[in-house]
Amino acid sequence: MILIVVEHSNGKLGKSTYEMTQAARDLGGEGPLTLLVLGSNVAPVAAQAALLADQVLVADLPALDHYDPELWAHAVAQIATEGEAHTILIGGSRSGREYSPRVAVKLDAPLIEDAISLRRKDDTLEAEHYTFLARVTERVQARVQAQAPRVVVTVKPGAFSTAKPGTEPAEQYDVELTLPQRRVTVTAKNTVKNTRISLEDADLIVAGGRGVGSAESFTQLIEGLADQIGAAVGATRAVVDTGWRPYAEQVGQTGKTVQPRVYFAVGISGAVQHLSGMNKSKFIVAINKDPEAPIFKISDYGIVGDVKAIVPAIIDKLRR
Amino acid sequence: MRILSVLRQVLDAEESVRVKEGSIDLSSSKLVVDTMDEYGIEEALRLRDVSPDTEVVVLAIGPARCEEALRTALAIGADRAVLVETTEPLDAIAVSNVVAQVARKEEADLIFCGGQQADWDSQALGAATAERLNWPQATWTTALTLEGRNLTGTHDVDEGSESFSVALPAVITTQQGLNDPRYPTLPNIMKAKKKELRREPLESFNVSAKLKLIHSEVQVKERLHNILDGKDVTMAAEQLVDLLRNEAKAL
Repeated sequence: MILIVVEHSNGKLGKSTYEMTQAARDLGGEGPLTLLVLGSNVAPVAAQAALLADQVLVADLPALDHYDPELWAHAVAQIATEGEAHTILIGGSRSGREYSPRVAVKLDAPLIEDAISLRRKDDTLEAEHYTFLARVTERVQARVQAQAPRVVVTVKPGAFSTAKPGTEPAEQYDVELTLPQRRVTVTAKNTVKNTRISLEDADLIVAGGRGVGSAESFTQLIEGLADQIGAAVGATRAVVDTGWRPYAEQVGQTGKTVQPRVYFAVGISGAVQHLSGMNKSKFIVAINKDPEAPIFKISDYGIVGDVKAIVPAIIDKLRR
Repeated sequence: MRILSVLRQVLDAEESVRVKEGSIDLSSSKLVVDTMDEYGIEEALRLRDVSPDTEVVVLAIGPARCEEALRTALAIGADRAVLVETTEPLDAIAVSNVVAQVARKEEADLIFCGGQQADWDSQALGAATAERLNWPQATWTTALTLEGRNLTGTHDVDEGSESFSVALPAVITTQQGLNDPRYPTLPNIMKAKKKELRREPLESFNVSAKLKLIHSEVQVKERLHNILDGKDVTMAAEQLVDLLRNEAKAL
């Protein structure tokens, strides 16, 4: 069977779950398409998952109340072994990419990271993924093969289309797990609840860098433009490090990878770490005072000038 | 205490990737220590600054040329180096097997490695190593403090960041923001030449690649590069909005 580990938050399936489901449907192969739900009080999530799969396995346990790489890896490896899964799909989120290597080691399986395509050739799983991602204008696409009874794959967010749910819910089964003790204690959370559209789901993104000048200007210019066009708000590492914006808004190598239709880069010079998180955007629009800024090298449109004058003028033009 | 800091030698971020007959060709490119690994080396040195009975061992797995990267780490301040030599293209899961074996042999208490390996675009090495050793892990750390055998810090998670606490031994992955790596000084570069660098052949580790790399190609996305002069603010803003609405049909 193909085993998909469901990604969910706040009682809802993540977009990545629909994308992994589509990847699995395209891939096909022996056995039922199985979605695994891990968490505590996850009945609503399991109900949504039941519309995507042939069967849903549910581990609804207080011990799974919050994510831990060791617990998640343990649970997934156990289910994959008991269910004789040949392909294990895990979301390409920060957490997915953190625990998936542990699953691969437990199963003595190859790990394909951040797959953008998947196909089966006889007993071999072939995938494409990007390497050398932190490049300004280029990237490398690599084709890899794994030949093993089990293969663990993380799926790059946005690389596959989203599967349409069916109307007949699949059967749900509760699973028993023997879980290890947590060894890493979470002592504080710095999570920011955002009412805006999420970066991963956004069709339009307005992102700001240090060139925006201050936290106040960020609110006025970046949020102002985002509100005008219904966009999500993004920021560079430098901006989140200075505390102007929450970490959840960070785009780049150590933040989120996004690919909207339009990405506005305002006061962002274009460090490779940032570019690698947004260089797949369809259109890139840069506003920066420095004509030599690397961001212009990968931009479709742009204005060289003072962001504090130009952004309000754009908002004004859009309003009219 | 002994800290093992894993480093990889990768293509300089400013260099273009060259592909020859479907394979990456690094033979004439500038290579550097992977940026994210530098934060791990620096953090290890800072822990040694606080507890002088700490030994910092740097480890690289790769071709003979990796000696250069290890010498850089020794010049920055690491105590000694281990090079597991191979020209075989290994994936992160296979490399983690070597790291874990070296960690056992060296009786390491703490392993640092970069949160992401720039050339593979992989985030697997730290976690896979932790699993092989049956150690806990904390990835993407941005602050660390060691008190006795208890490590506390902050790290990035799916939605934001968390503070955590973990007892050693552990694997920690590092990234930009954790510290400001120091540079080698000339006297230290001279001293580094005399520090121990032990070579071991890969054959003694009984490791083989799990993934087969079939083909690589460089992709360049062509951009429109329609950049306007913003001296006349109103005109530039109007022109940009027109272009986005009517040419790109993106708004």
